[in-house]
Amino acid sequence: MAKITLQNLAHSYLANPTREEDYALKSMDHDWVDGEAYALLGSSGCGKSTLLNIISGLLHPSEGRILFDGKDVTMAPTTQRNIAQVFQFPVVYDTMTVRDNLAFPLRNRGSDPAYIKERVQQIAAMIGMEETLDRKARGLTADAKQKISLGRGMVREDVNALLFDEPLTVIDPHMKWELRTQLKSLHHEFGHTMIYVTHDQTEALTFADKVVVMYDGRVVQMGTPQQLFETPEHTFVGYFIGSPGMNVLDAEVSGDKAMIAGTQVELGKGFGTPTGKVELGVRPEFTSLQSGDVGLPVTVKRVEDVGRHKIVRADFQGHEVNIIASEGESISPDMNRVVFDPAGINIYSDSWRVSPKAA
Amino acid sequence: MNKTVNQKAWFLILPVLVLVAFSAVIPLMTVVNYSVQDTFGNNQFFWAGLEWFETMLASDRMWDALGRQIAFSTIILMIEIPLGIFVALNMPKKGFWASFCLVLMSLPLLIPWNVVGTIWQIFGRVDIGLLGYTLNAIGIDYNYTQDFYAAWITVIVMDVWHWTSLVALLAYAGLQSIPDAYYQAAKIDQAGRWKVFRFIELPKIMGVLMIAILLRFMDSFMIYTEPFVVTGGGPGNSTTFLSIDLVKMALGQFDLGPAAAFSIMYYLVILLVSYVFYTVMTNLDKRDGH
Repeated sequence: MAKITLQNLAHSYLANPTREEDYALKSMDHDWVDGEAYALLGSSGCGKSTLLNIISGLLHPSEGRILFDGKDVTMAPTTQRNIAQVFQFPVVYDTMTVRDNLAFPLRNRGSDPAYIKERVQQIAAMIGMEETLDRKARGLTADAKQKISLGRGMVREDVNALLFDEPLTVIDPHMKWELRTQLKSLHHEFGHTMIYVTHDQTEALTFADKVVVMYDGRVVQMGTPQQLFETPEHTFVGYFIGSPGMNVLDAEVSGDKAMIAGTQVELGKGFGTPTGKVELGVRPEFTSLQSGDVGLPVTVKRVEDVGRHKIVRADFQGHEVNIIASEGESISPDMNRVVFDPAGINIYSDSWRVSPKAA
Repeated sequence: MNKTVNQKAWFLILPVLVLVAFSAVIPLMTVVNYSVQDTFGNNQFFWAGLEWFETMLASDRMWDALGRQIAFSTIILMIEIPLGIFVALNMPKKGFWASFCLVLMSLPLLIPWNVVGTIWQIFGRVDIGLLGYTLNAIGIDYNYTQDFYAAWITVIVMDVWHWTSLVALLAYAGLQSIPDAYYQAAKIDQAGRWKVFRFIELPKIMGVLMIAILLRFMDSFMIYTEPFVVTGGGPGNSTTFLSIDLVKMALGQFDLGPAAAFSIMYYLVILLVSYVFYTVMTNLDKRDGH
């Protein structure tokens, strides 16, 4: 168990990176606090797996340092880092039994056989494979194999960190939920530092204490699920988290007022005069569809009833605007104005959030 | 769902049947024909029943040749398979040198059998051959035309030189198909080099390795040209393998009946061993399945 620090860390798969686009991972400073469960969230190709492989030592970064509890391990091989990692696709040793597969990491480190036996039994119970312990791993289903991989990752109690690289991709939905719960309880029990890579926001938000959102090779925001929801630091976080994602509209902001295509919107807070490409972001949860003269004029395209609430898909001068209406609310044809709740409005300049100034 | 019954479909396999008949069945039948008949020339044949088979089964000559053949195939398999795997493990995985090695490895495979024989025949000659002359110059008594061990070593080294590449290339292809995640997981699990080979690489290349063993077995069991060119089966009969003996019998002595019986038994042995291999291979995939 260790605190993991990244200092000016950057990585490029090219031999001589010159431009910023050459980097798969852009220079970052980051601390992974000992004993926390993190989810690393981002779309495919944003550098999540690269970052994970750098932490586990499978990849050496082109620039910067990585420290475990203050000790520089940048160039240390995987075996010296004492890290457990579970990969996206099952990796099992085909010719071994399930039992031997689970015992393998412990045996390689010369643990006491009696302890290995007991620990393997524990892990088998956790992944629900006690029945199949003596079967050969070859010929098991993909689910079962991935459970073995997870088990092998969790079998060592003294690891510095547990890394998961989209481990539940091949597992069916019911089992997914169960395994995620197991991982969480494991985390509470042993307090390992866990980093869980995923592109599934539900998975990230339910698993982790802190969610780290990556976009285009950099960390754009780290925070609790609530922070990500209420104050997305980057428009990508707004789009990516939430269902549907945040509405982002071009705006001209001055003080506590914004002009969106000729319509004035009250912001409730002062933002000064942000420069660059200024946008207004508001989550569908903070919007409402009304009749009357207040708000932006929209055309309702369709209404989707998803059970808990209704999602109204509307068009505002060529931009799609999503509005969430409560289940009981009726949508009538004369409702053609969308109104934003100032509490849910964020202002972005060149995609990054602008903090409101005290009014 | 009802299956359509259409007996006319049998006609569709007719072309294959005709092809197989001409390529295999009919030539084989002429051999079967010779094996159960005797002749005193003038193209007159008499029914001989299983007499030739009995004669051949009782002849030391065939058993000796079979013994030599089995020894030869066993030795070359025991050298070529581990050596091929070793070479494959040490070949570069990508880049210019990978292609370079592949081309280099393929070269011996492109040389015709009789040319390989001729190369080694000259290479090993005591008077003009680089190998034979050098060995004798440094005081090693080497002469494959006179010495039993020298002849065997030459034939085996020649086969290893010619065919290890095939095993190496197959093993290399097998190794290339192992996803990186396996090696990464092994690092995470702190598995040593031997364990990586034993538990990841070997199980993953087992399928292609079986094919390599089968091919090398069949080919070495039927070897003719190279030892014929190099040693001509000698000295004495020491490198007279089954094919060489068979050709001597059929074309040298023109004993068509015994030779035909011999070749049928020879064929059956290869068929039997190949069948055993095939069964083992297919079961390997299914093993521990359900």
